[in-house]
Amino acid sequence: MALSNEEVLAGLAELINDETGIAADVVAAEKSFTDDLDIDSISMMTIVVNAEEKFDVKIPDDEVANLKTVGDAVDFIVKAQA
Amino acid sequence: MTKKIVITGLGATTPLGGTMASTWDALLAGESGARTIEAEWVEQYELPVTFAAQARVAAADVLERVETKRLDPSSQFALIAGREAWADAGLTELAPERLGVEWATGIGGVWTLLDAWDTLRERGPRRVLPMTVPMLMPNGPGAAVGMDLGARAGIRTAVSACASSTESLVNAYDHLQAGDADVIIAGGSEAAIHPITIASFAAMQALSKRNDDPARASRPYDIDRDGFVMGEGAAAIVVETEEHAKARGAKIYAELIGGSVTSDAYHITAPDPEGSAAARAMLQTITNAGYDVSDVRHINAHATSTPVGDIAEFNALKRIFGDKLASIPVSATKASTGHLLGGAGAIEAAFTIKALETRTLPPTINLENQDPEIQVDVVTLPRSIEGDAVAISNSFGFGGHNAVAGFRTI
Repeated sequence: MALSNEEVLAGLAELINDETGIAADVVAAEKSFTDDLDIDSISMMTIVVNAEEKFDVKIPDDEVANLKTVGDAVDFIVKAQA
Repeated sequence: MTKKIVITGLGATTPLGGTMASTWDALLAGESGARTIEAEWVEQYELPVTFAAQARVAAADVLERVETKRLDPSSQFALIAGREAWADAGLTELAPERLGVEWATGIGGVWTLLDAWDTLRERGPRRVLPMTVPMLMPNGPGAAVGMDLGARAGIRTAVSACASSTESLVNAYDHLQAGDADVIIAGGSEAAIHPITIASFAAMQALSKRNDDPARASRPYDIDRDGFVMGEGAAAIVVETEEHAKARGAKIYAELIGGSVTSDAYHITAPDPEGSAAARAMLQTITNAGYDVSDVRHINAHATSTPVGDIAEFNALKRIFGDKLASIPVSATKASTGHLLGGAGAIEAAFTIKALETRTLPPTINLENQDPEIQVDVVTLPRSIEGDAVAISNSFGFGGHNAVAGFRTI
């Protein structure tokens, strides 16, 4: 069953916390991965791969550059689940 | 003109303790860091050796989880020891351009490499962490220490097996003499207690197989020694020009009088039985600093507890010190710590420095029947010395590497 936006956001926040130590409640849809959360490209790729496994989706490398904000990633994952 | 170089900070995490102080106390108390390995892989692979001297305090208990995720265990130990040494030195204001790091490892990120290999085979390339290469590279531990402290006068890594971290100390001395920095953090770390390394060292007949009595397995100079005991951990030593240390009112442990690196070019693993290159490293350390062999009043020997190695080092000592050797107290502290490989030189240098600072020579445990072929004055209980003293710490490594560092009381 496909997860809702809120559920994906919560799951993504957990992965971000696991990789970077950033508190899950700081992770919000409008936050930029680089400018707001200061996540570097190496952590980003680790989060992407963990998200693929957690949500059972594929996130192509070319697509990662388009995921500027947490919301972008949530939207992509929700669509990819469908 | 030759500058006086001094030691102003020490840090360690070892099989004896999670800090320099706890390690030194346990050493003086005659403790052993060797224990049966509580990991399923020992039984899984039916390893012929089932014990080692693992770090007394797990790195994960000291560092933040986010730090451990990006660092191989060898770098985690490095970071812990480096931070302790830095804090101990009381350094607060120092231009990054005047701070360097001379680190060392014998093996590097073996756990990271082999875990990644398992991941690749079981779950495919997509699951191999992007940090795998920077975690496994041998300069990773030095880079971790240097980045943490903002060292911009160069971060270098010596890789010469079990001589590595004594070599890093010699390099630190040379770079301070050259004026490349005012302060250098020298040290070494190792986290290579892995089924592969145990299997390889055991196949080489280099490890003690005293599985039923780990604490008494590492027994340098004993007639019943049957190999070394693998250890892990790190030690860090803050090395500084005396001028800089005095200007900031630093506490000074001892003087680093210099060191020497030579090579056997004889055999990849066996020491040259004549010990001429090892002897030359000792002699150069002493005489280049303007001292005579008769000034040496303490030796922290390499003495790994292998049948061949302990004799070869004795032959080298005999070449230099001759009949005087009988009156020089020798400590073989691997009896307590096990063999930290790339970290061994640094922890033994730290012990030598503490011995000079406190005028207390550390004991060599497990010596029950001294090998009659090795006629040295082995310190078996903590022993006091008085007055000024020069001491040397020896390290020899696979590849025929010989590194010696010399120290003096202040």
